[in-house]
Order: sequence, then C-alpha cells, then structure tokens
Amino acid sequence: MSWFIQTCRSSLGKKYIMALTGFLLGGFLLVHTIGNSTIFWGREAFNAYAHHLHSLGVFVPIFEIGLVSIFIIHVITGVLLFLQNRSARGGQKYEVETNPGGRTWGSQTMIYTGASILVFILIHLANFHFVEKTEILTISDVVTKVLNNPGFTLLYVIGMAVLALHISHGFWSLLQTFGINTPQYNNAIRVVTWAVAAIMIAVFVLITLLLVVSQNQLLG
Amino acid sequence: MSSKTINIIVKIWRQTGPHAKGNFEDHALKDISTGSSFLEMLDVMNEALANKGKEPIAFDHDCREGICGMCGAVVNGTAHGPEKETTLCQLHMRSFKDGDTIIIEPFRATGFPIVKDLIVDRSALDSIIQAGGFISVNTGSPQDANSILIPQHIAEQAMDAAACIGCGACAAACPNAAPMLFIGAKISQLALLPQGQQEARTRAVSMVGCMDENGFGNCGNERVCENVCPKGISIRHIARMNREYLKGAFAQSD
Repeated sequence: MSWFIQTCRSSLGKKYIMALTGFLLGGFLLVHTIGNSTIFWGREAFNAYAHHLHSLGVFVPIFEIGLVSIFIIHVITGVLLFLQNRSARGGQKYEVETNPGGRTWGSQTMIYTGASILVFILIHLANFHFVEKTEILTISDVVTKVLNNPGFTLLYVIGMAVLALHISHGFWSLLQTFGINTPQYNNAIRVVTWAVAAIMIAVFVLITLLLVVSQNQLLG
Repeated sequence: MSSKTINIIVKIWRQTGPHAKGNFEDHALKDISTGSSFLEMLDVMNEALANKGKEPIAFDHDCREGICGMCGAVVNGTAHGPEKETTLCQLHMRSFKDGDTIIIEPFRATGFPIVKDLIVDRSALDSIIQAGGFISVNTGSPQDANSILIPQHIAEQAMDAAACIGCGACAAACPNAAPMLFIGAKISQLALLPQGQQEARTRAVSMVGCMDENGFGNCGNERVCENVCPKGISIRHIARMNREYLKGAFAQSD
C-alpha cells in the first residue's frame, strides 16, 4: 500500500484526487439535475420522484455517506493544495501582476468559488434536507416556499452562477489532469465541457425562476 | 541601419544576498538604441553604474541567442518580457516606447531562492533532471541509426518537447510556482522515443517526487506556463506526463 499513499501525497496524486472526486461530484450534480427537472411536470411528479428516492431504503444512507466522504476529500485536498501553492509562491509578491494568457476567471478563483459553494451547500441542506416533511407539507411545498423568499431566490441564482464558474475550470481541468489533451479534439472538449456545465446550471436556475413565477401551480 | 533611441526609466530589484532584504532601485537611462537587446540595455546601465563606482546589477546570461536558458527575469509582470516565445536576451528595446518605465524583477518562487539581484538559484531543476530525466545507453560502437524506426510525427512531437531550454520561466510565472511544463517537456521528450522506454516506469514518479521535495507548488492547469514559455511548449506535454505518472504509479510493484 505504500505506493498508494506515496502517490496520494505527491502533487500529481493530489491532482488526481481533486479530478476524480470533482468528476464524481459533477456526476451527482448531473443526476440531481435530471431528478429535479421532474418539477417541470408539476407537483405530483416531483413528490413522486422524492418518494421514489426515499423508498430505496438502506441505499439512501450508504449513498449519503459516500457522497459526504467524496465531498470532504475534495474540500480538504483543495485547501491543502491552496496552502501549499501559496507557500510555494513565496512571501515576496511580484510588483506587477499580469495575465500573459491562459488564466480564466474560473481558474483564478477556484478556492474562493469552492468555499462559496461549501457555504451554499450547507444553507441548501438546511433549507431542504434537514427540515421536517409531512404528508401535508411535502418537499414540493418546502421548495416553493423557500425559493419564493426574494433573499433565497437571489442566493440560489448567485449560488448557481458561482458553481458555473467553478465547473467552467474544473471540468476541463480534470480531463487535462487525466491526460486527455489531444490538439485534434481540444476545441470539441472545451465546447462540450462548457455546454454540460451550462445545461446543468440553466436547469437549476430555470427551476428557481419557475417556482417564483408560477408558485400556485406547485402549491398543494 | 539607422536606429532610434529612447529614454526610459528602469525600476529594478536589488538584493545583496540570499538572506538580505531586497528593494527596487530607479535608474533613468538616456539614448538607449531600440536596436539593442534587453541584456545590452542592462550592460549599458551596468557600465554607467561601474563608472560611478557603484555595484553593477547581477544578472544571468550566457549565449544571448535564445538557446541556452540561462537568462530570464520578469519584465513588467511577464517572465521574459512582453514578446511571445522570446527569451529575455532576444527581446529588443524596440518593444518599448520612449518614456516607458520598465519594472524588472527576478524569477520568484520558493524553489528558486535569490542569489543576488536578478540571479536566482535554479539548481532544483538540475536535481529534477538527475532524478529521472536521463536514458541508459551502452557504451561502445553505435548501432545503425536506421535500425530504430520512429514515425515522423512522433519525432516532431519529441522535438517540440526537447525545445525546452530549462530557463524556469514556467515556474516563475505559474500562480502556484510549479515547473510542470519543464518536467512535462522533459518526460514527454523521452517517453515519446524508443530510447526512453527503459526507465519509463519510474521516470515520472521520480521527477515529480523530486519537484515536491524542492518546495515547488502543484499544477492547477492555469495555462500561464505555455503562454510565457520562450519555446512555445504546449501543456499537451503536461497531459502526457500525467498519463506517464498514472502508468508509473499504478504499475510500480511488478
């Protein structure tokens, strides 16, 4: 096992960890997007989807523990990389900071967008996961109520924008980390990674706006 | 050939030794020929300093034709200055305008401690090469060159990687101070060719391990390196290194 620990501790190993956990979190987000889009078919469909998920029994806590572990590994490794990189850069900053090309808004702000997403997810869980849901007050009602609060509407739209920024660098970056970089396909890869991120974010934002515009359709 | 002259102000980093505290020093330079190279401008400045009995500015240089990798400084925030795919010695004063203030700093990174003024210690890059940037060959008479066939496009890619002169601009410009483009190029060059296969299993792991020991940061795929590289090396070679490392790390034991 020593080779495994040695690999995980090396700088490239930490990149692989970030890439793999990031990929899995992205995969979860995709499933989350597809599942949540049942709300476009109305209150019943959305509640049925939620009910269906909860009927999976023992798989629910197993999945939750797995997801939380992946998330925690992603966060800890990210913070570790940030601290190491800051110390590698040294105390003396350059007098002039320029961007000779390459850096994007997304790539420059990974640690900050990451931290914001962490806070956002905690609020998100407090809003929807750790609330009491009953036969009368279903998840559909909870979601509609929360998102109709103007403060939360804004928070969720901003949260999605920040997530889009994070993924705009993250998705392409994880492909590069796993060595997927071929000039022939690079433009296609860049377009596809952007498109996937944009679609996911667009669906979430649409859901938020839909619930604000047509709340009556979804309230019981 | 007639050449214009310009007057400039140079704001340059001075530091007497590795542990001394450095600071910027301003010098006004008059009648600098736009045909002169950046290092020649520094020569003119040093001559003036020496004539006044002051300590000249220490800077690294050797071939002055852009192939040795010895020179390098950060000019106005960009490693090797504003001209793309150009070493500092091949940068000319025609890239600047009359009245410009030019800010010159050494390559900064924890892995590149400053020796004096603009001179930094880049021997960490040598250690990385010693860790794995080599091939094993038998001594004796060479075999026929045509007995090892290498497709042209592979040879071209290896040559692109081999263009790396080891100047360290990638690490100096990297927001995370990682010389990944350097290591990527060195690994790529050997991984592409049959002669590099003997050590392929251990090369990437050893070289990256050595990089970590020398206090460099971790690549964040920011792509600044390929934009300052005087040889225009692509991060495609970093991707190849990532593949080589995966192969090496997971197939090490047998």
